[in-house]
Amino acid sequence: MVVDQLSDAEVDRLFHALADATRRDIVRRAITGEHSVSELARHYPISLTAVQKHVGVLQEAGLVVKHRHGREQRVVGRHDALRRARRLLEEYEALWRGRLDRMGALLDEESRGGTA
Amino acid sequence: MSVTAVVKDTERLTMTMTAEYNVTAERAWQLWADPRQLERWWGPPTYPATFVEHDLRPDGRVTYFMTGPTGDQPRGFWDVLEVEAPRRLVVQDGFADEAWTPVDTMPSNRMVVDIADREGGVTMTVTSTFASLEAMEQLIAMGMEEGMTLAMGQIDAILAE
Repeated sequence: MVVDQLSDAEVDRLFHALADATRRDIVRRAITGEHSVSELARHYPISLTAVQKHVGVLQEAGLVVKHRHGREQRVVGRHDALRRARRLLEEYEALWRGRLDRMGALLDEESRGGTA
Repeated sequence: MSVTAVVKDTERLTMTMTAEYNVTAERAWQLWADPRQLERWWGPPTYPATFVEHDLRPDGRVTYFMTGPTGDQPRGFWDVLEVEAPRRLVVQDGFADEAWTPVDTMPSNRMVVDIADREGGVTMTVTSTFASLEAMEQLIAMGMEEGMTLAMGQIDAILAE
């Protein structure tokens, strides 16, 4: 009954983003800490521009976000945020499911001739 | 089971829940517009809500408290933003202190209710939007006792999930 929010296109973007070893490594680093693109670039034998492109792909897939810290842009993993948000929404769902079901019970009782 | 769909968006921190009832829009609206009916569903039987003020007009205010099994009485309020009876209600739902002053350090969330006609009844859609992940976490921690009560199987519908 629960509709997962990821569309096919989003799943494709996610898998495409994770299909590259450099990008997987960037995600691993971004999940454990904040890094500027130039800091990340030191770990790979590729140009800064190429690293920027990888970060862009990850950003589009929702795996990392960039935020400004002084004059530089830092890359942070969104994995934890997404997982936490999902768990919280599940708990909130249980709360509202209870409310909507109680509304239904109240209306049913009334239609059976009970008092409201 | 009343609930027909749940859409959760972890990016936008929203949850949209849809339920169907075989009543008119006017009747469904009363679930929100009549405080005595609200009291019968807002909190679970073991954590009932009592509505104090209930001014369901734009810029109006609704205040309530809940009574827990140990006698604790958390207070809450709605700031009413939009009212289009019997179709749409938008409120900001938050926590209040003992003087009914909104507690700024506590989270609030926006709740949008839409009631649409369908054959044989209505579809009610409730969309909750949280300001941040932190706000959501705090709000859910506050509602935890209700969650526990549900988990303990007070309500058949919840057990059937």
